[in-house]
Amino acid sequence: MKQQLNIVVNGEPHELFIEPKTLLVQVLREHLGLTGTHQACDSSSCAACTVVVDGMAVKSCSILALQVNGREVTTVEGLAQGKNLHPIQQAFIDNWAFQCGFCTSGQIMATKALLDENADPTREEIQAQLDGHLCRCTGYNMINEAVRDAAKRLKARKDLESQKWLQTAKSGKGAK
Amino acid sequence: MKEFSIIGKPTPNVDGPAKVTGEAQYTIDMTLPHMLYGKLLRSPYPHAKILSIDTSEAEKLQGVKAVITGKDTPGGKWGLWRRFRELSDQQALATDKVRFIGDPVAAVAATSEEIAEKALDLIEVDYEPLPAVFDPIEAIKDDAPMVHEDFPSNINATRHIEWGDVDDAFAKADYVREDRFVLEAAHPCAMEVHSSLASYDKGTGRLTIWTSTGSPYFVQQNLAEALKMREGDIRVIKPHVGGHYGGKNSTMPDAVNAAILSMKTGRPVKVVFNRDEEFTTTEHRTAQHMALKLGMKKNGEIVAFEVKAMTNGGAYTGLGATTLYLTGTFITMPYKIPNYRYDGVRTYTNIVWGTSIRGFGAVPGKYCSETQLDRAAKDLGVDPLEIRRINAVAPGYTAPGQYTFESCGIQPCIEKMAVRVKEKWPAIEKDEGIGYCGFAYMSGGIFNWIDTPYAYSSAHIKVNWDGTVDLYSQAADVGQGHNTVAAMICAEELGIGIEDIRLHMGDTAHAYTDLGAWGSRETLMNGNAIKDAASQVKQKLIDIARLKLGENIAYDLVARNKRIFLELRPERGLSYYDLVKDAIRQNDGVPLTGTGHYTPHNKGMISPAYGMGIMAIKAKVDRETGHVTARDVLVVHDSGQIINPLGARGQVEGSIHMGLGYGLCEEMPMDQGMLLNPEFVDYKILRTRDMPEIEILDVPTYEPNGPFGAKEAAEATIAPTAPALANAVYQACGAEFFSNVLKPEKVLKAIRAQEAKNNAASQAKE
Repeated sequence: MKQQLNIVVNGEPHELFIEPKTLLVQVLREHLGLTGTHQACDSSSCAACTVVVDGMAVKSCSILALQVNGREVTTVEGLAQGKNLHPIQQAFIDNWAFQCGFCTSGQIMATKALLDENADPTREEIQAQLDGHLCRCTGYNMINEAVRDAAKRLKARKDLESQKWLQTAKSGKGAK
Repeated sequence: MKEFSIIGKPTPNVDGPAKVTGEAQYTIDMTLPHMLYGKLLRSPYPHAKILSIDTSEAEKLQGVKAVITGKDTPGGKWGLWRRFRELSDQQALATDKVRFIGDPVAAVAATSEEIAEKALDLIEVDYEPLPAVFDPIEAIKDDAPMVHEDFPSNINATRHIEWGDVDDAFAKADYVREDRFVLEAAHPCAMEVHSSLASYDKGTGRLTIWTSTGSPYFVQQNLAEALKMREGDIRVIKPHVGGHYGGKNSTMPDAVNAAILSMKTGRPVKVVFNRDEEFTTTEHRTAQHMALKLGMKKNGEIVAFEVKAMTNGGAYTGLGATTLYLTGTFITMPYKIPNYRYDGVRTYTNIVWGTSIRGFGAVPGKYCSETQLDRAAKDLGVDPLEIRRINAVAPGYTAPGQYTFESCGIQPCIEKMAVRVKEKWPAIEKDEGIGYCGFAYMSGGIFNWIDTPYAYSSAHIKVNWDGTVDLYSQAADVGQGHNTVAAMICAEELGIGIEDIRLHMGDTAHAYTDLGAWGSRETLMNGNAIKDAASQVKQKLIDIARLKLGENIAYDLVARNKRIFLELRPERGLSYYDLVKDAIRQNDGVPLTGTGHYTPHNKGMISPAYGMGIMAIKAKVDRETGHVTARDVLVVHDSGQIINPLGARGQVEGSIHMGLGYGLCEEMPMDQGMLLNPEFVDYKILRTRDMPEIEILDVPTYEPNGPFGAKEAAEATIAPTAPALANAVYQACGAEFFSNVLKPEKVLKAIRAQEAKNNAASQAKE
């Protein structure tokens, strides 16, 4: 018996009718065509399928889609704003933090959840967050460097934004 | 050294934006309208006769569109050793008998994966189990069960290499030691499992297939044989590939059965293995037995070396026979070995077959030779780094009948290592040790067992009115970063920017042949082909520029920074973009084209060039638990002129990751041919917290056979990793290892054995 699922994915609302046993990863890949989320195992042990659900990194293969009914999901497709890549994405490119790229979406989404919580993580904190993410290409060190670089870029962006805000406030053009 | 605009500069991956946004399409991500899902039914027996197969119930299931067994296939056999027909031993579905647990016997195409799986459960196969053989030494006994009845024995291939007078040299050696080893199998574990999507056009009788492969050319050739079709009727397209590492050279039952099912149904069919199938039925690094005999002078100079290898080949050939040969050659590098003999035997057994996994034969062999070298050094009282320096080759070294090192930076690498180690690790803690391992590896293989009549690599380019360049080649980016290297080489040769290059790679219909990504071949071989194609266009532009500039013919013109100008008077020149327009106008409106190719000639048996170097690992051993921690890795390598330092670093570090897994935790235990750990839960690959820091130092040389002096910077560093680690443990506590995978229980056992030996020695003294 199919059930109704209402989810917001990357800011877009979706109403679907699915079998209750359907996994979130299946909804994303098969129903919504968001194939940027990959699956590399059948035992919830690779974390390639990680997405962000209400700010938390979640393996989309180990959660039923109905468990996220009414909630907000962000996948790798939802990070870039228009043609501008997210600073995490740019940091992954600039640091050669992927090779085949198959596990990359999961690494990036876990990084997103980490940096949203902790703007300046240590190497150990990064490794703790990404420890379950299997990568067969990179040897991980370049991923860790990308995460630290992404944290710096996000901080720089934030500083710039607050500077702009200050200037606007000072010039009196801000909120009245 | 020559100044480059692009070569040698850290360059972000040209596939980066696609790969970080989820836009990159892998085969597993693809669908086509009206597509069906294919699944394979696999043998539960390691060796059994197929008495009957009843598919009637499966065919009745709603949604099932085709059920096929061996008799429904075109019946062509295929393999990568096409030069020797008897080694073309793979088939789409087993007909008479199954040869390993997982050999496919039937295939289903259905409207959903779920229905296809249900249909598999409804197929009844009646087997008669046969005695099976799992060990290579058992397999060559006279009364062993035959894996292939039409083959004279279970000996799949043998390789003999010999130079010098080995017996005489051993007789005269000051020091001789013999060691025997057992090497474990390991799986490549690509994150994207084998996947294929086939679409057969009944109207034209032509097939298009998208597949996760390292070589579109191999797939095209093998499919032509399997399906008994003309190669020109088969178009193979390689989308982004989610990992290869040697495990995607052979054409596997996913591709062949997707094709056959598409031919039967007239609809596109996609076959994707699950992770269990990936572990249990796709190719792995071969388990093997090895015996080594080393003869030396008192000072540690090698005078004779004899190697015997017996590999547990498994049910089919793949590139396993090549791996057997390369075990016998890479084990000698990068050392002067005046007298050498190798005998390798690859056996057929009733397990899934082993092949050319990353490091291609170098990995098991080097583990044995370099751990043996450390023991010899200790016996002779020679420093482990010094013994490698004494024996390291010099530029121009030739192993008779086998290989020549043209560019060769091994000596400066060792010198640099000696200096850096002292700086980096001035003191080591208790129970820590530093282990060394020298290495060298090919920049693409010369051997041609696929028997291609085509150039080993080709590329063609088309330069458009606006100066953009379309670059076409079958060369395969499988994650190693070749697309970036290809664009860099093309742009450097034409003196333009990477943003001017448009890549059209990995499609057999668009491009001439390239044999694919294996043996670290793309940078040198495809790089040469691209450079050749680009230089042809460059020459046309230079000719036009020369006419327009009207300069003294003695002046050389160069293409750089999007201009063509006099090398000695850079202010005198013309814009690349203007010249392209002139050239096309002059050419009756035809875009500029260049077709380049590369085939090595008279460069020995193995490769035109070799990357090489030396690795050091600092490791700590816990004497109570046997736990080994790799703390720090230092690599000094000569990869010629590095094209992209970012990509090269990624390759070196990735190889070390896989090499540490081979040394510490990866194994494939089997019981009666059944793999016991076919999931990532049980098959341990190293995680981010397990990785040490890695420092990489370059010793650049100029390789005359490579594009812009480049050579291999990819697989070389996998082979030295596990032996350097084992040597570090040996240096730390004297524990000796005769097989890889330093699990705590094995390490503890070796430590206890060493302690017992020491006690006995000290008691004897008393």
